[in-house]
Amino acid sequence: MLITCPYCGPRDVIEFTYQGDGNRARPEPASQNFEAWNAYVYDRLNPAGDHNEIWQHSGGCRAHLRVVRNTLTHEISSVTFVRGHHGSASRPEAEDRS
Amino acid sequence: MVERQSPLEPDFHVGSHGNFEHGVEVILTETRPDSIVQLAAWPGEEKMLIAAIRTVTGLALPDGAGAGVSDGVKSAFGFAPGKFIVAGEAEGLADAFAKVVTPVIGTVTDISHGRTAIRIAGPKAEWVLSKFFAIDFALTAFAVGAGRSTVHHDIFAQIQRTGTDQFDIYVFRSFARSVWKALCRASEEVGYDVQ
Repeated sequence: MLITCPYCGPRDVIEFTYQGDGNRARPEPASQNFEAWNAYVYDRLNPAGDHNEIWQHSGGCRAHLRVVRNTLTHEISSVTFVRGHHGSASRPEAEDRS
Repeated sequence: MVERQSPLEPDFHVGSHGNFEHGVEVILTETRPDSIVQLAAWPGEEKMLIAAIRTVTGLALPDGAGAGVSDGVKSAFGFAPGKFIVAGEAEGLADAFAKVVTPVIGTVTDISHGRTAIRIAGPKAEWVLSKFFAIDFALTAFAVGAGRSTVHHDIFAQIQRTGTDQFDIYVFRSFARSVWKALCRASEEVGYDVQ
């Protein structure tokens, strides 16, 4: 499987580390809402299809990436930086400032 | 100046090695820059940092992912978003950058003692490196001056192409001898010179 890092270009999956489900929303650290914490820790969508994931290019530029991977075909339809970068930091067409 | 010892010393044997009867196709050496500096820009400050690199070194670093430049004495290249490596033969590069790269722009880390720079050159340099790293070394994909971050079995390597058939590989000093021995072993079948 190849992941096209927005900075480094296409690289083998061995250079990347999976950092977990990208759909989770972490509650505020002081939150007492146990249902929200329970959902954050345990609930997963487990879709048969496109899945939002967080990966780190740990064997390359070390940037954290938002990846949409199809769990049936392993096809990767989108890779963007988790944090926005500017100017020389990235190829402009791959930039994500969300 | 304190004489810096090379971590490659016990396995650095000048001369021709391997299958060199039909010619030497790879040249291995250590470039031993006296300064290796890692620079990082805060988001949005990359252009200011590139300007600082020009002020200190005179190198006009092109804008873009992995872009770099080398004048044979000093080298600079991007290896991650907003992060750059600058190497030079003169000592004190980190101090010079610390005066120019203000805390508003980014950070300066002196890694002169933390990295070893190994140079591989020759017509089979690309071929030997392709045994190690799963990246495209073709000149069309990896331009002269450009940098790449990659790994060889969890050993980080920052590679800059400093010529059409020449690459400088920056590795952690503690892993350098191991990488060196592996490079020598991989070069045996085409014949290599250590200079």
